[in-house]
Amino acid sequence: TSTMFRVGGSALKAVRSLAKAPSRSFITFNESHDMLKEACAQFADEELAPIAGEIDKEHRYPAEQVKKMGEMGLMGVAVSDRWGGAGMDNLAYALAMEEISRGCASAGVIMSVNNSLYSWPVNQYATDAQREQWLKPFASGEKLGCFALSEPGNGSDAGAASCTAVLDGDSWVLNGTKAWITNGPDADAAVVFATTDKDLKHKGISAFIVPKGTPGFNYGKKEDKLGIRASSTCSLIFEDARIPKENLLGEQGMGFKIAMSTLDGGRIGIAAQALGIGQAALETAVKYSAERKSFGQPIGKMQVIQTKIADMATRLEASRLLTWRAAALKDAGKPYTKEAAMAKLAASEASTYVAHQAIQVLGGYGFVTDFPVERHYRDARITEIYEGTSEIQRLVIAQGVIKEIVGSTIKGR
Amino acid sequence: TRILHRRADSYCRESKMRVLVGVKRVIDYAVKIRVKPDGSGVETNNVKMSMNPFCEIAVEEAVRLKEAGKATEVIAVSVGPEKSQETLRTALAMGADRAVHVKTDDDVQPLSIAKIFKALATKESPDLVVLGKQAIDGDNNQTGQMLSAMMKWPQGVFASKLELGDGSINVTREVDAGLETLKLNLPAVVTADLRLNEPRYTALPNIVKARKKPLETVSPADLGVDTTSSVKVVKVADPPTRAAGDRVADVDTLVSKLKNDAGVL
Repeated sequence: TSTMFRVGGSALKAVRSLAKAPSRSFITFNESHDMLKEACAQFADEELAPIAGEIDKEHRYPAEQVKKMGEMGLMGVAVSDRWGGAGMDNLAYALAMEEISRGCASAGVIMSVNNSLYSWPVNQYATDAQREQWLKPFASGEKLGCFALSEPGNGSDAGAASCTAVLDGDSWVLNGTKAWITNGPDADAAVVFATTDKDLKHKGISAFIVPKGTPGFNYGKKEDKLGIRASSTCSLIFEDARIPKENLLGEQGMGFKIAMSTLDGGRIGIAAQALGIGQAALETAVKYSAERKSFGQPIGKMQVIQTKIADMATRLEASRLLTWRAAALKDAGKPYTKEAAMAKLAASEASTYVAHQAIQVLGGYGFVTDFPVERHYRDARITEIYEGTSEIQRLVIAQGVIKEIVGSTIKGR
Repeated sequence: TRILHRRADSYCRESKMRVLVGVKRVIDYAVKIRVKPDGSGVETNNVKMSMNPFCEIAVEEAVRLKEAGKATEVIAVSVGPEKSQETLRTALAMGADRAVHVKTDDDVQPLSIAKIFKALATKESPDLVVLGKQAIDGDNNQTGQMLSAMMKWPQGVFASKLELGDGSINVTREVDAGLETLKLNLPAVVTADLRLNEPRYTALPNIVKARKKPLETVSPADLGVDTTSSVKVVKVADPPTRAAGDRVADVDTLVSKLKNDAGVL
């Protein structure tokens, strides 16, 4: 018995939590949020939902709709108006992302990448001169950005980047390949992560702004994806691609930090995208169940269907609150890494669950393209993978939780 | 004969052109309306409310005039309870410069609305008043016409096109016979019809700017208007549920039924 108490003994002592104050949510909505949600919902219903099925089938980039979204200020929601953005906050961004994605998940990811993965790091780490050139036209929607971290050989293991950057006189010379780059073929510039010294491992990575048309910078073929088919994804290929040395973003060696901090915010965007997809699927399932009759009554009156509806809605609502909390913490300038990871994990898994159940509710009709739920099912799936797989999210969350409760990361063998 | 009211003095306002726009907060057009159990009105509790679609078109037109450099100021006005301010903020987000909220919890009839607008028009001296042709709750289609008569200003109602001239406005109206174009001297009252324009989506930066634009609140009494209505709503009821039709064997029976049962012949 004495051995038992030595191992894990601290867990058995009366637990005195390290949490000092009740966890605040900081979530407050004002009139602007209401108006924004209304405007985005209207845009999604009128401009996106009617064509979402068509552009999915045709694998077509919705250029006209993206342009309108830019004009509305949706491509730089949380960027200040000084730098071409809408000057709203991250809570507004989460609301906007959910509504847009509810109309079309592809439009959602195009918007998310431009906002979170391109505009945010440029805003955060650039000089004013860089912001003028590389942020202003992008946040205002005139131009489109993308984020190139993943490579064919490493996704989750971001620190093992094998793309290289060598300083040669007044230029950086980039070599290597980036994979799975959303907006790739349509982007006017990319934030690219490359290593200047592989021996330094993740500390050798730097971030660079690479414009379209740079000699030596090419695109691979457009990927043929299961879902979000209207968004374009491809590899970026660098063969002695030369960029001015002014295109270094932040400081040399800061790349990994830039990538990780960027992805924290990106997770809020993707969580919101997942919510939008889930919400669309839920609404379709509920409306269908109110009309479809079986055994003499609308199936929505049956307990088995009501149970599904309740579970779908509860999981979505729980992940929605997690998403809003992460966004609100970010707005309040508080650390939000763990919360953003929780939001993305919960929302992505909720949305695949909801889409799956929505097909089940629609039965045979859920399996054909006449109804949108099969598209929601295909669209939802990627949210568990990109911007950090669910497995990575769990590691991030665990690290955060362990630190809070034990005081530090767990050491020892 | 169409009577065009003329102003005795010449109307030459090269630099300032002020537009007054009315907006009403109504039940959203997509909502399924439910009558209150006591028959006193329709259910508005927890029901989605929006700007009346014809008012949206009116605001859009006024903002377009401003963007074209023809109008210098757009003032949005709404008569209603506290929450009408949300509708005014939307008008500001669409591009109006300032807003006036005439606050009242009473159910205000078109005649009183027209009197309120008359008081405001007298105070603000707009060159043009643009209203929606009707609100989708009352469907009265009276306010613009009454206001025009009260102000002794020309009216162009059911407008599907507006062309501003120098001291005048050409209004193309959708009428039963087709399209009719009138030339009205300013100041004038115009009401917007469906095809006048397609309102813009509110741009996010404008939503932010809207919060800082001035919104003043007044009461009908402040404007010297008594909103006591001579109209009283006695009862509100659902339309009768549609009954199944009747198949008849021949035309004679049909005519007989139409005459004797339905009473339409």
